[in-house]
Order: sequence, then structure tokens, then C-alpha cells
Amino acid sequence: MSKDKFIKLVSASVPVPNENIDTDQIIPARFLKATTREGFGENLFRDWRYDSNNNPIKDFALNNSSYSGKILVAGKNFGCGSSREHAAWAIYDYGFRVVVSSFFADIFKNNALNNAVLPVVVSDSFLKKLLETIQSNPNTQVSIDLENQKIGYDNQSENFEINPYKKECLINGYDDIDYLLNLNKEVREFDLAHS
Amino acid sequence: MFIDRHFIHEVTSPQAFDGLKKRGLHVFNIKRTTATADHNVPTKDQHLPIKEALSRHQVETLRKNCKEFGVELYDLGHPFQGIVHIIGPELGLTLPGMTIVCGDSHTSTHGAFGNIAFGIGTSEVEQVLATQCILQYKPKSMKIEITGTIGKGVVSKDIILYIISKISASGATGFFVEYAGDAIRSLSMEARMTICNMSIEMGARGGLIAPDETTFNYIKGRKFAPQGEAFDKAVIEWKALTTDTGATYDKVLSFDGSDIAPMITYGTNPGMGMKVTDRIPTVEELKEISEQTSFKKSLEYMGLKQGTQLLGKSIDYVFIGSCTNARIEDLREVASMVKGKKKAAGVEVWVVPGSKQVQEQARKEGLDKIFEAAGFELRDPGCSACLGMNEDKIPAGKYCISTSNRNFEGRQGPKSRTFLASPLSAAAAAITGKVTDVRDLIS
Ligand code: SF4
Repeated sequence: MSKDKFIKLVSASVPVPNENIDTDQIIPARFLKATTREGFGENLFRDWRYDSNNNPIKDFALNNSSYSGKILVAGKNFGCGSSREHAAWAIYDYGFRVVVSSFFADIFKNNALNNAVLPVVVSDSFLKKLLETIQSNPNTQVSIDLENQKIGYDNQSENFEINPYKKECLINGYDDIDYLLNLNKEVREFDLAHS
Repeated sequence: MFIDRHFIHEVTSPQAFDGLKKRGLHVFNIKRTTATADHNVPTKDQHLPIKEALSRHQVETLRKNCKEFGVELYDLGHPFQGIVHIIGPELGLTLPGMTIVCGDSHTSTHGAFGNIAFGIGTSEVEQVLATQCILQYKPKSMKIEITGTIGKGVVSKDIILYIISKISASGATGFFVEYAGDAIRSLSMEARMTICNMSIEMGARGGLIAPDETTFNYIKGRKFAPQGEAFDKAVIEWKALTTDTGATYDKVLSFDGSDIAPMITYGTNPGMGMKVTDRIPTVEELKEISEQTSFKKSLEYMGLKQGTQLLGKSIDYVFIGSCTNARIEDLREVASMVKGKKKAAGVEVWVVPGSKQVQEQARKEGLDKIFEAAGFELRDPGCSACLGMNEDKIPAGKYCISTSNRNFEGRQGPKSRTFLASPLSAAAAAITGKVTDVRDLIS
């Protein structure tokens, strides 16, 4: 999936400060019968974005035109619950490339990394301040420097951790498949020798 | 990790094929890839178009993708069609020493042949289609030994339900399990598959059993297995796949086979099981205080009371099927139990064979006649009421004694209530209309 190389991103961001956002909220189960990866973005946070009559719920951040950008900033324990990969697909499809939180559920984290979405883990205090700043000034530019593993805005910054292999994948715009395709010749030989 | 065999089905493959198309990639080796339609298919009138639009679309998408990429598909109506974990072994596609994956958590079934077999997600399906490889972290190892012999009326389903009831539904998370011991060795291949199948229900991604003569005899003569001289040569290699003497494990558990009785689950995860003669524990008897809330919620969902027995409880449905227990031996067991008898009034019984071949074989042996006389319905193969993705759903509030593998809330249909048990116990309940100790019927 990941074709866009990720080195540095500077963008405004969208705050969804709720804690424990589970994958059922990110993409409700009734949208899982599709046969493509695309189009899930339309239903990202479906039941928070629209009421039962499909009218946009005004005060939800995704419906607030003052917020924009490729970075989603969310409360602690983001992506818990069901392991559905569709949650990561929905976030990517909507246009986000980064999710910032102070904690991510394991499976979601992997699914995100497998789908060119960078999960950035920051401290609780950094997250709190960041959320407040965006809410008072939606145009705040947040910079994500993957190379140096650094997130910053205004005069604040913090370092974040990432698995070195996954970092390599994101920076080069390749994923597990590209990595394995690089070994294609060796794998072919192995396959032939073992059939 | 290089993957020797990749099975695919309609539900978790469409996005993976889509990914290949986007990248302009082919399937790495179509000979190592086999597809079937199972999760979503009707079990009645399979020759007619699928009625439910989304299910039909998923199956049609699989057809299109297999055609485009040149993958062999055992589609509805094909003599080899069936549940993915049933057809692999029965066609001789599953052979000892392989690495096997499928976008389905019960891929652990294939471990019965001494394989590393596990379920994967959709991105990983794409990964394997494109590269025949998968990136993995090394799991921890666990040995579960069942010593001695098992008693009358006890079958392999009871062994695995017993193990899970002892170690809980998450007791093997992070592990691959090897099953060993005399009680395991004495089992047939099909019985071993039942055990490995449910490894995932205690959290293990895979479970395996070292191959032996039973394994080789099962494989011999199967459609895609090596034949003649090639087979003899293969057996020599397979014989090397025994457990190393002095092998060490991160964890070793041992159970006495003679302690195992016919089992039944009472709750909403497979770890909530007991001997059919036991009573449901009380809240106070739980080991973990933290479990109390979910335990109460679970019993409430099931409409059961703590501290009571299930024996004698009336049931509404009997489902004999799924990748756990829908092989020919399972159907034979059921038939031997119901021969000359009739199902209890008011009970509905579905027998859903695991594959077309199982269905054919059952007919050849006249099992269909026995089922018919007993008032059972022998249907067409598929996953059926194991997950209720097709029309085979257990109605809200109804009790179903089921030979499948998951008793989660709503698994067999919204608000359905599932008792997991062996095919023998399910057959016994079909006749009496109640939860029954099968040993009382076979004296
Ligand atoms: S029978 Fe049930 S558990 Fe087995 S593959 Fe089908 S849905 Fe999954």
C-alpha cells in the first residue's frame, strides 16, 4: 500500500481528544463487507460524524472546517478493540498519514504501519498541551520528522520511538511486500529447490 | 519465512488481490495457492445463484480474481469444494513439514501433520500472494502432553475443550503448541486435526503434532500427495520430523487422559467449559476476581444460573459442522449414535459436511439415509452456522449444541446461545432433546 515516501511532514492537524477510541468507532462493523480497501474514509468515525439521519454532527472535529491537515491527534489508547485492518484503511483513505497519541493498541499500531500511517507516541503532558494548542489555534503547524524521530510545533518538541525496520520502510516508501520483493531472486531459487 | 502452501477464501482475499493489481504484481507461485468458497455460501440449493447480494458479490469477486491471476478455485459445485481447512488435508495438499497460511485463524488445523500453520491478516495475505513469504516474530513454544488413555464416549473434541477449560481462552497467547503423549498418538488424523484446529481458542496461533505412521497412512493415495516412489521418498523425509530428544520448551503442561470426560461449554468463550456432569462454577469459585463481571454478563447472556448443572437442559438446535468437526469420521460417529433412532420433537438438526467429498462419501456409506430416518437434514458443504455469515443462523435466545469452535456472543446469529461439544454429545442431545451424558447412551 505504501507508495508515498515519508520523511518529513509539516501540516495542520485535527484533534479528537477522546481516550480509548476503539476500532468499532473508527470504522463500524456494518461497513466491513466491502471487497476493496478504498472508500472506508467516507465512513471513518461514521457514527461520530453523522447522526442517524446522516446529517453531519457539527461539533465533531472532522466536520469543523477550521481543522484540516494530514495529522490526527487523539487521546490515549487509540485503536483498541477488534483487530480489523479496516480501521487503518479508513484513516489512510481519509487522508491522514500520522496519528499522534500517548498510547496505541498493539494490533492497530501494526496495521497502521502496514498501511503507511505513522503512529507517533508522545508523553501524556506533550499530548495534552498539543491538543490545547490546536484547539485554540487550529492553524498550528505540526512537524513530524521521521528521520530524526522528532515531533514539534511552536517552540515545543519531543522525540518518539519507532521500530528501525518499519522506519526504513516508511522513509523509503516501501512496505513488507517491497522488502520481500527485493529478495525475489533468492526466494525464487529457494522455491525451485523445494518444489 | 517461506510459505509452502497458501489457502485463500472469499472473505479475506478481495483487498489482497486488489493490492496486487495496484502494484502490477502477479501471484508469486500459483501452484502453491489454492482457493475455495466457504464462509459465505448457502448450504441449500448451492447450484442456484446466492441470494444475499453482498455474499454473492464476495464469491463472484473471488471467481474473478482467481481467473485473472490463474489461481485454482474449488468453487461451488466443484467436487473438491469445501471448508478451506477440510479440503487441504483431504486433497493431500497439506503435507508434513510445510509452512501453511490462510487468512483465517483456524489455519492451525493443518498443524496436525507436523506443520507450522497459522492464520494471517489481509495485508499478510497480499504479502504471501506477492512474495510467497511472510515476516514473523518467533513465538514461544509450549508442550501439552496428554498421558494414558481416554475413556469411553470421550473423543478428541473433549480433549481440546478440556485443555482450554484448564488453561483459559488466553492461556497460550504468544505460543505455538506441540501436542504430545500417548492419548494424542492413539488418535486418528481427523481427530488430531480437531485438536490442532482449536489451538487458537486458547490464544495460540498454531498447534502441531509430530507426524507418524498414522499420518503417512492418511496421506497415502490422496489426490495431490506424492505417489508411488515419490511417496516412499517423502516418507523418509517426513520421518525425520519427530520431536527431538531432549527438546526444550518455554512451557510444558501435562494432563492425565483418564481424567477427561465428555465436555460442554456453558459461557461465551471456549475457555468456559466443564465436564458434562459438572455444575457451572459460582462467582465465588472463580480464580480471578477480575473475571467476575464478565462471568456474570456471560451467564446472563446464556440465560444460565451459576452453580447449576447443564445436564438435562433442553436445547433447540443441533449443529454438526465446521472445520473442527465436519469430517467423515465425525459424520460416522454421529450416524452410529443415531442409527435407528429419531431426533427429539421440537429440535432442529443440521448436519453440514465440511466438503463436497465428505458429503459424497457420507452418501456412499448410506449415512444420509440414517440421518434422514432420524429427521436430520444433511446439507451442502460450507462454514454455515459456525459463524452465521450465510442464512444458517440460530434465532435469538435459542440454545444450540454445536460441534464448532466458538461460542462468542452472537457468533451463530444475533443473540444465539451456543454450547460447544463433540459430535457424539451433539448427536446424543439431538435424540434426547437435552444436554446428555453420551456415556448413558452407549453403555
Ligand atoms: S468453519 Fe467456522 S471456524 Fe472454520 S473456517 Fe469456517 S467460519 Fe472459520
